[in-house]
Amino acid sequence: MKMKTLGSKSAVWRKIWGLATSKTKIAVLAVMVVSMSGIPIATSVGTAGAASAEPWAGATTVGFITVGANTDEGYNEAVYQASLTVASQLHIKVLRAANVPETQQVETVMQQMVNEGAKIIFATSYGYQQYAYDFAASHPDILVLHQGGTYTKTPFPANLGTYFGEAYDPVALGGMAAGSVTKSNKLGFVYAFPIPQTVDNVDAFELGAQMIDPKAKTYTVATSEWCDPLKQKSAAAALVSEGVDVITQHQDCQSTVIDAAKAAGIDVVGYHYDAQALDPSGWLTGSVWDWAPLYESIIKTAQAGTFTGSQYNANFIGTFASGNNPLTLAPFGSKVKPAVRAKILAYEAKLKAGGTIFTGPIYCNNGKVLVPAGKSATAAEINQFTCFVKGVVG
Amino acid sequence: MNGFEQTLTTGIEGGTIILYPALGELIGERAGIVNLGTEGCMLGGALAAIVVGSITGSAWLGVLAGFGAGADVGLAHALLVVKRNANQLASGLVLWFLALGLTSVLGANYVSAIVTPLPVIKVTGLGSIPWIGPIFFDHDPLVYVSYVLVAVVTWALYRTRLGLVIRATGERPEVVAVAGRRPDWIQIGAVTFGAALAGVGGAQLSVGYVGNWSDDMTNGYGFIAVAVVLFAAWRPLLVLAGSYLFGVAVAAASVLEAHGVQVNQYFLNALPYLVTLLALVLLGRSGGRRAPEGLTRALTNSS
Repeated sequence: MKMKTLGSKSAVWRKIWGLATSKTKIAVLAVMVVSMSGIPIATSVGTAGAASAEPWAGATTVGFITVGANTDEGYNEAVYQASLTVASQLHIKVLRAANVPETQQVETVMQQMVNEGAKIIFATSYGYQQYAYDFAASHPDILVLHQGGTYTKTPFPANLGTYFGEAYDPVALGGMAAGSVTKSNKLGFVYAFPIPQTVDNVDAFELGAQMIDPKAKTYTVATSEWCDPLKQKSAAAALVSEGVDVITQHQDCQSTVIDAAKAAGIDVVGYHYDAQALDPSGWLTGSVWDWAPLYESIIKTAQAGTFTGSQYNANFIGTFASGNNPLTLAPFGSKVKPAVRAKILAYEAKLKAGGTIFTGPIYCNNGKVLVPAGKSATAAEINQFTCFVKGVVG
Repeated sequence: MNGFEQTLTTGIEGGTIILYPALGELIGERAGIVNLGTEGCMLGGALAAIVVGSITGSAWLGVLAGFGAGADVGLAHALLVVKRNANQLASGLVLWFLALGLTSVLGANYVSAIVTPLPVIKVTGLGSIPWIGPIFFDHDPLVYVSYVLVAVVTWALYRTRLGLVIRATGERPEVVAVAGRRPDWIQIGAVTFGAALAGVGGAQLSVGYVGNWSDDMTNGYGFIAVAVVLFAAWRPLLVLAGSYLFGVAVAAASVLEAHGVQVNQYFLNALPYLVTLLALVLLGRSGGRRAPEGLTRALTNSS
């Protein structure tokens, strides 16, 4: 009888625990740990970090986890290719896990990699965020790097880093290419959700196009999915009937939109990977990922035992200006004229010298000032943009 | 083409992707078996179509493969349910998960495969009629096949002995057995054929409409098809209307947005589901909606 009561009580407790959010759980655990160990824990953290060597110094095994297929000719294939490059360049053992869903399974995979000797793990999908942070918190001797996220709490854990590229730089250059070929002054943009990363891309595309064609307008359609071919096709058809003659996108899979553009006889600016082969005559240019240099730099820093406190032990964004943007401009298609190419490359050089497309005055399409005249938006500001600029329809 | 025409034209194309699985599901449910694995049949069909289409270079062989793949998944469901007495809902969901995982793994190498989609063929004469022409008669051939199919299925269900037997099986399998037929094989046949149509729906999406494959590319449209059948009260013409309505609403959301109409994105995204549900509830009510008896028994677990 007593046993039974105890059992049901613990069942209730388990239920409450199950209902609690992970934040609450962490808070409860933290309170328990601190109350049990008292104040010394704080002082020991303060001294240990600076003096002792980093546990991942000299690491020779690195793990890469991807959410999709190694052959998606997109986001995931770019990671895969870069992991091959770093393995041969740095002579390290690389463990890979593809098609890992954005669930608790990520942590299981990370643990397996640790069991196989990995000291450094790259979790490369945005949706891995919380699992990556949790794993880093419970494994202080493992260096966890999360691709695409932003860690917002302080202090920043010593064994964590987030990193991404400034997508809007090359997207602006693609916009210039689009502005150079449009006859209707109407450009199309298929996106998924109006998150800042996407809003930045749409804005940069329109601003880039305006540099060549001041009358250019960008018409947008959201699909509310990162990859839904039915909606992509519908979006492309709607944009074509609206009269756009160049189309671009911020989607995970880009074949459908490119094929629809090809069938309609209009031009495309790509995203994620070089898809010129899909539509050789309509391809203008695009933004493509080249992660290898950044991965190499991060791994070397970790191997040298100087990760903690470095630029990568933070929310790192590679930019054209710093010379380490993992997003680069794809080769030009034949429709982009030599004079335009020269202009685009000249502007790319300017961005690489520290410029930004978000230099004022820039107005939102509702008339509000986004960037005041004479000012340049900082990366932090740009990552909080929520409005489409003047010239964007949608 | 103006926005309105564009909406209807794209809507018919997109709606056809729902129409095939919905029509198939209608046949199965008329025989008394619901197939929640319809989504899985579509995924199987979509992938098989791309694989065969990219290897042979023929989208049509791809469609045939899609038919076969859908039938395979459906046959598994039918055998489990009819022969092994498995729970219909559980079996369907398990097969969906299985198909989702299998197509994701097997399809990994085909994510970059490109198949030239089925050609858009304008029907001579009919295609030149103002309005009607571009909306109904300027599509890929699978759309035309679906027109014929709706007519054939309606006729077969209500005007032929086979249809009578299928419907009787869905109501009272005992009676069918007494009349000297095998209700179990009729159910297996109906579910398998229905699932094959779902496979064609998947093929219409992958090789008919967009020309490529991506993971989980059906995005729940198989479940929409099952819902359409339910709310269309098991009547083929309403299934047709519901499928097109869904397609048109998806297209309308895109056209409105492209046109710069300021409507909340998430509302636009929910629009197809809302409109289809509302319309079918209203339409379905007027005609005395009644589920096949066998289906009701199976779903309420009171057999």
